[in-house]
Amino acid sequence: MSTFIEKLGNIDRRVIFVVMALAVIIPLAVRLSLPIPIDEGPSKDMYDAVDALPPGSTVLLSFDYDPSTMPELQPMAIALVQQLMTKDIKIVSLALWPMGVSLGNEALSYVSDSLGREEYVDWVNLGYKTGGGVLIVRMGSDIKSVFPEDYNGVPVDDIPVMDQINILGDFDMIISLSAGDPGIPAWVMMAGDRYDISIGGGCTAVSAPQFYPYLGTGQMVGLLGGLKGAADYETMVRIGVDDPPAGTATPGMAAQSVAHLVIMLFIVLGNISYLANKKRKGGVK
Amino acid sequence: MNWTVIGIWLGALLSLSLYSFLYKDNPFYKFAEHLFVGMSAGYWVIYTIMNVLIPNWWNNLVPAEGGMQPIWLIPGVLGLFMVLRVVPKLSGLSRFSLALIVGTGAGLSMTAMFQTNALAQVNGTIIALGQGGGWFDWVSNLILVAGVVCGLVYFFFSKAHTGVIGGAANVGITLLMVAFGASFGYTVMARISLLIGQTQFLLFDWLPTMGIHL
Amino acid sequence: MRLAIPLAITFVAGMIMILQFFVPATQSMGESLQEWYMIVASFAIFLGSVNLLYVHTHRIRFKGRNWKYSPVTIIGFAAMIITGLVFGIEQGKPFDYMFTQMMVPMGATMFSLLAFFVASAAFRAFRASNWRATLLLISAFVVMLGRVPIGAMIWGRIPLISEWIMQVPNLAGQRAVMIGAAMGMVATSLRMIFGIERSYLGGAD
Repeated sequence: MSTFIEKLGNIDRRVIFVVMALAVIIPLAVRLSLPIPIDEGPSKDMYDAVDALPPGSTVLLSFDYDPSTMPELQPMAIALVQQLMTKDIKIVSLALWPMGVSLGNEALSYVSDSLGREEYVDWVNLGYKTGGGVLIVRMGSDIKSVFPEDYNGVPVDDIPVMDQINILGDFDMIISLSAGDPGIPAWVMMAGDRYDISIGGGCTAVSAPQFYPYLGTGQMVGLLGGLKGAADYETMVRIGVDDPPAGTATPGMAAQSVAHLVIMLFIVLGNISYLANKKRKGGVK
Repeated sequence: MNWTVIGIWLGALLSLSLYSFLYKDNPFYKFAEHLFVGMSAGYWVIYTIMNVLIPNWWNNLVPAEGGMQPIWLIPGVLGLFMVLRVVPKLSGLSRFSLALIVGTGAGLSMTAMFQTNALAQVNGTIIALGQGGGWFDWVSNLILVAGVVCGLVYFFFSKAHTGVIGGAANVGITLLMVAFGASFGYTVMARISLLIGQTQFLLFDWLPTMGIHL
Repeated sequence: MRLAIPLAITFVAGMIMILQFFVPATQSMGESLQEWYMIVASFAIFLGSVNLLYVHTHRIRFKGRNWKYSPVTIIGFAAMIITGLVFGIEQGKPFDYMFTQMMVPMGATMFSLLAFFVASAAFRAFRASNWRATLLLISAFVVMLGRVPIGAMIWGRIPLISEWIMQVPNLAGQRAVMIGAAMGMVATSLRMIFGIERSYLGGAD
């Protein structure tokens, strides 16, 4: 037994890969479902902040991510757009990352089609611009000089949803779905603090811990962190909605649970093997 | 021809090619990797031209209503200087472009970062100490304030970490270890979420095209 | 002397950006500079692309390592450029189709590989070798359990403890790092604006 534990540390990494793959595939394949409890926290704060916006408000939605983080951020985007469009809140979107334009279009047109909303009347995608924080500051004094047309070349002066929008201060809230830099920090620094606009956001789980200081000071009204944040939001948005469209984050949480347990098991086994080897070499006193 | 099914198969085969790297490096992985790099660069170039350079530079330089605005030649020339970095004899010209980018970025982010990430955080920490609530909230706020101060002491290397400074630095690194543990937990969560997303694509989009419904 | 003009540009640009916070007269200059910044920074992608094409054509020409795959990169690059310029970039066009059906799955898969490596690393490297490392490990375990539904099923208070870790020790640690980094950033920015830090210009002379 002790030899087995000692040798465990030298196990082929491909065995770990197979176990990891099975930990994700099996719960998804058998459609394992676990309840998502919604506690007080940044996800609920985010939902409440958006919910408090009156119909007819306009929100700036910034798609600051690319396909590499899509499994975490795209379900958030869809749930957020769903909540905004259901509440008759107009959406102006843009992207600080070039690939965010296409991903944003996917989310916006998917929900817009399902709810019967109209592009340019209820929402518009302005597209991508280089510059991150510098771009945001310029938008603070004149949006149309930065975005004279939408992503597809339609002049913003011909877009009804942009009629009352001239500067960043005209938005009732800014939401950034952020996978890194530029993203949430740029919006908080250059828009939230500088022009006193409510900032909400969703981010990858990797970066979520870094943004807790912004929540603590009220510089952000709420935050969706990773797949858990997306699942929370999907769950909250679905409450009270007849026949809500299926999300991808909520079904994924069961697989996430199993995979977390497996990783924890790996860490425990790795440590047992480490201690056994250390003891054999006389390292443990 | 069903372009949706073809698209799903393209995506699935490319995904599986990339996953084959887990067994070992192989030609399928290399093919997909090289394709991804090329396509990503192409995508970026097109969006830069269509979404930035045409509307924000060209249309300002040569407006539709006629006449040329020579002032807009300046950013164009500086942009060209940037590209000339690949020409050894002219690479020095890229310094002008870099100077503009670095100067603008440094000036803007210096004030913003000082306000948002330093002053506002210090303010938030002091306010936390004065906030009410029960004994648990009071203890939590005390840990928060002590954690921030001791964490900063830990990062202060101009004085030896001995005596009171050493004690505070020890408290600081302990709190930081708990924070790093939380970050590790979140990192694990992020990586697994990405795998779940792609597994969902393969199980629920690709397999059904072969008549396999899970 | 060859650095004098770039250093002057950095100083003027940096000062305009700082002054426009406080002096309204510099506002319009600052706005023009911001618009120029966007355009000049955009050209960086051309620099990257020219470099990418140079590396791969060079590799093909001299039959360098993995040269047989270099045409794949060039073809992928050309395919996106041609479809984008010829058919446009709106939804449903070939450019968008290639993005959605090829780039999205490839990008997502590339990063999902990290799930396997993080599992392997956790098994091999995450050691409770001292009490602080053990504290790190316990914190990671609580957060990992608290963020998934199974945590609440094991013990109802795990999500609450996890949230407390995030709101108190994590916030304290992250805030200390944030304040420290901000002070460092301010110092570095000042050094750049005043020409003390010159490494970004490729030389210290």
